[in-house]
Amino acid sequence: MRTAYLDTLYGLAQKDKRVHALISDNGAIVYDRYRRDLPGQYLNLGISEANMIGMAAGMASCGKIPFAYTIGAFLAYRAYEFIRNDVCLQNQNVKIVGTGAGQVYSALGPTHHSTEDLGGLRALPNLTILCPASPLEVRKATAAAYEQEGPVYLRLGTNREPEIYEGDYAFQIGKSVTLREGKDITLIGTGSILKDVLDIAEMLENDGIHTRVLNIHTIKPIDKEAVIKAAEETGKIITVEDHNIVGGLGSAVEEVLAESGLNVTFGRYGLSDFSRGYGTYEIIKQHNGIGVDNIYFGAKQILE
Amino acid sequence: METIEEIARDIRKTIYKIAHHAGGGHMGAAFSMTDIISVLYFDHVLRYSADNPDWGERDKFILSKGHACYALYAALAKAGYFPEDELLHVGKPESRFGGHPKMHEIPGVEASTGALGHGLSFAIGAAYASKLDRKDSHIYVVLGDGECQEGSIWEGALSAPTLELDNMTVIVDHNKLQAMDALEKIVHMKPFADKWRAFGWNVVEIDGHDYAQIKKALLTRQPKIPTLVVADTVKGKGVSFMENVPIWHYRMPNDDELQILFRDLGFTQAEQRELLK
Repeated sequence: MRTAYLDTLYGLAQKDKRVHALISDNGAIVYDRYRRDLPGQYLNLGISEANMIGMAAGMASCGKIPFAYTIGAFLAYRAYEFIRNDVCLQNQNVKIVGTGAGQVYSALGPTHHSTEDLGGLRALPNLTILCPASPLEVRKATAAAYEQEGPVYLRLGTNREPEIYEGDYAFQIGKSVTLREGKDITLIGTGSILKDVLDIAEMLENDGIHTRVLNIHTIKPIDKEAVIKAAEETGKIITVEDHNIVGGLGSAVEEVLAESGLNVTFGRYGLSDFSRGYGTYEIIKQHNGIGVDNIYFGAKQILE
Repeated sequence: METIEEIARDIRKTIYKIAHHAGGGHMGAAFSMTDIISVLYFDHVLRYSADNPDWGERDKFILSKGHACYALYAALAKAGYFPEDELLHVGKPESRFGGHPKMHEIPGVEASTGALGHGLSFAIGAAYASKLDRKDSHIYVVLGDGECQEGSIWEGALSAPTLELDNMTVIVDHNKLQAMDALEKIVHMKPFADKWRAFGWNVVEIDGHDYAQIKKALLTRQPKIPTLVVADTVKGKGVSFMENVPIWHYRMPNDDELQILFRDLGFTQAEQRELLK
């Protein structure tokens, strides 16, 4: 995802001098070609996330399009008030790019996990929130963030995510992608965990359960229409996210369902605490209740 | 032609008028920086166009201590950005003017401030953008001295000299009082100017109520180094019973105090009647 983002931004910056890559001392090596080819459009501000976001807003007020990048946890928590007051309240054209979505920095521990970022940021007016699921989607989301005037939070993983799309597709902010059709149950995911969600759908399919999979890459504004359609047509919905169950995808879908008046069987998969344990990303997901098996058996229970 | 002294007195009167109609406000903090903002806007320092607030070549003034916005509102009205009468409705439901300034809604306001510790980084972004565009725009910022207890101020204090932003002048309204008490009693900030020097700023120390010193400091430039003006000020300056008294951070005068305020700020009998009717 990181390479996909950096490639896309590099292309945008070459074409448009208003585009600036700001970083807070993270990912330095991968920015080598920016330093070489686009020196006036690259700036490492050091370890000062609040200052970076405030400064990005000031630059945007002068017509620049800053993409402020570092680990999402440091942006969403440390710089929250700057995102709120300087970027969102003033509706500045700043793109806030957080890496290490969820627990993907598994062994680094919870200080480096972005597991409450969506909950905090989702409440902010004027902010669009994008959680792409694969490298191709990162390219499309980065370009869409650039095209859209106004504040955007772009939630990225690392560089190990597999591609989930077999070919090109239409990406539109606020419109989910149906990755798989089905009438028995709908699994809704966001971000790189959609690879797992597709695996779970395959397992359910082998059990004869026709599973719809929705990729809600835009957490805000959420695609209400697709959620309601899934509720009406499948009657059962499970959300899957690498984020706390409070405030993220599960909450957003739940809000739509609660206001719809539809009678739906609903389950949320995500963290209910800080991440525990250390290990690879796969192990950590399993250990914290959002592994493929956890969700597969949970889905089976709901279906019973 | 009004003198700067007359302009400053007029701005102080407007600050009180706003507070009077709004029923409250941070007057002490506004009076403390009134002489600074008077020189900035009315003594050929800041380049601006009230008729064209978005003029691309303008200098920018960012009031980081947003709670002193009555001083900014009064100065902007006097400069012609909007009719002064509008300020009699500050804090009312239909007004675009509140207890902290908002950009986009109020012409001439360059940043929405209020939460302390934000204006400096925002101004650094504007100064950096101005450099990238090879503009002559100069960015002025007023910080409170209490505001300098915020950590983000020191992130900005490191950033601006690193980026060699010599198109930036930060004025600290050093009135040595904060909301609850004397600054130094709450947090040890001495030696204050030396801290900024150590961070790499071109530091100028002045009497923040001496018009000539203010003007000279605001026009001081040093190649590749941002300038930091420590303006020694008196909180509540101009109203005898408010000066240097912490409680006037946010408070309205009673009837007896109001008579003293009218005398101190030179309200005419007609102006008093108009205000009290």
